[in-house]
Amino acid sequence: MTVPSPRRWSGQAIFMGWATLVAVGLAAPFVVYPVFLMNVLCMALFASAFNLLLGYTGLLSFGHAAFLGSAGYVAGHAAKAWGVDPLLAILAGTAVATVLGFVIGSLAIRRSGIYFAMITLGFAQMVYFLAVQLPFTGGEDGLQGIPRGRLLGLVRLENSFAMYYLVFAIFLVGFAVIHRTIHSPFGHVLRSIKDNEPRALSLGYDVDRYKLLAFVISAGLAGLAGATKALAMQFETLTDVHWHKSGEVVLMTLLGGMGTVLGPSVGAIIVVTMENYLTGFGDWVTVIIGCVFVVGVLAFRRGFVGEALNLARRFRS
Amino acid sequence: MPDDLILETRDVAKEFLGFVAVAGVSLKVKRGSIHGLIGPNGAGKTTMFNLLTRFLPVTRGTILHRGEDVTRLRPAQVARRGVVRSFQISAVFPSLTTLENVRIALQRPLGTSFRFWSPASSLSVLDDRARALLGDVDLQDLADVPAGELPYGRKRALELATTLALEPEVLLLDEPTAGMGHEDVGRVAELIRRVARGRTVLMVEHNLSVVADLCDTITVLARGSVLAEGTYATVSADPAVREAYMGSAA
Repeated sequence: MTVPSPRRWSGQAIFMGWATLVAVGLAAPFVVYPVFLMNVLCMALFASAFNLLLGYTGLLSFGHAAFLGSAGYVAGHAAKAWGVDPLLAILAGTAVATVLGFVIGSLAIRRSGIYFAMITLGFAQMVYFLAVQLPFTGGEDGLQGIPRGRLLGLVRLENSFAMYYLVFAIFLVGFAVIHRTIHSPFGHVLRSIKDNEPRALSLGYDVDRYKLLAFVISAGLAGLAGATKALAMQFETLTDVHWHKSGEVVLMTLLGGMGTVLGPSVGAIIVVTMENYLTGFGDWVTVIIGCVFVVGVLAFRRGFVGEALNLARRFRS
Repeated sequence: MPDDLILETRDVAKEFLGFVAVAGVSLKVKRGSIHGLIGPNGAGKTTMFNLLTRFLPVTRGTILHRGEDVTRLRPAQVARRGVVRSFQISAVFPSLTTLENVRIALQRPLGTSFRFWSPASSLSVLDDRARALLGDVDLQDLADVPAGELPYGRKRALELATTLALEPEVLLLDEPTAGMGHEDVGRVAELIRRVARGRTVLMVEHNLSVVADLCDTITVLARGSVLAEGTYATVSADPAVREAYMGSAA
């Protein structure tokens, strides 16, 4: 009975994985433009948070931009109008997204499948409308020139390297929270709900409460990504609350591999890189990304990371 | 003697948009018995299960467990009272290992199921009990196999082990031998007999030899109503039952 399961990674492998991730993250800004990297990291955290719902709970939210964007606006406003500490601004944005997640989640989890997706989309559209109408968001112009400020009054974040390392630290914290959640007693219940909800119910689990907590964690972390992004990019616009963004995160997750820890981050790197380097093609970017998505999903049904893991598993057994 | 009855329904009915699936059934399940629920397709057997476990709300009538009204409880609450059901199609968690499947059932009483900050290794205290339960159904050697990869008969065995992990007072088994080969039917029947000791079992079953073999009391349903009740000998001799099954009073 000591045969190790071929599905599990050893503690050593996980440690090596984390060490590699940290090393690459620390070295990256010396090779690649830091602002671009910050965007990638924020979107990777956003997609990972989304994956906690889609990949590990089986809930397809089609309104996750609401959490990304609302947190971005709140953090941006707090930093710009009130001049609070950047960490406090980020926490404020995250808190608002978490509360919003609780409100939207409590109503949306009463339905499942396509209805769940439509309810989340409906709420996200309301948030979009508020972002257009409310005076503090700047409407069509958005919030521009958000100051990054000084971290704890000490470190000047106008320096892109300093800001990058803060973003990287936040990404690692968010990623660690997701990793732990998946591999926790709670995470096991989530997987059972995803696998077979009526059975989980028949074992005495109030599945709606578990779904709600997963939704709130996911919304909060999506907010953390959005708030951080607003400070890193120094602007917040309607793009982040638009339903395109809710669609984009589905795309990133599927492309990278839903239900894998690293998949959404890989998907985010691919999508953000394409958007960034293909801007010369103008509107054709959407078409190109669409084609990549179709080919990617047809050829790699489990996503890039999912297929790689599957290959590795076959190779080992 | 009301305390002799562990599960009772009084004139329970269920209608779906005018279609009457269950038309006023009064069922009395005695503590410690194996009670069979049989009847032709569409008789309302599975609907009865869904009503008893609150997976469906009743249109009218009362459901009593240990003499207490449970008609308005949530499904998870009914399960936590010890009335646990199985499903017609095998209900396992395919992406979890066999051991983890059983552990999900053991995990809830631990009270840590909302802890998203605890490591999964905190669940390993349950491993010994989970392995013992797997041993009861001869699955101990497959503890680390994803449940989705088990053959059908083994999935049913795993489902039973998972259900037993809850130490249910009342087991509701929905066609436990459905879709099984001859060998597996015998194994599962033997397993049911073994786990029924000290418990109450209410089972829907199409395999009449299994029913004849296991059940102390049999209730025959047809078109949402009770057609006959009694021992296998009594109900199988009943002309109304024969007609419902054969279509003629042969």
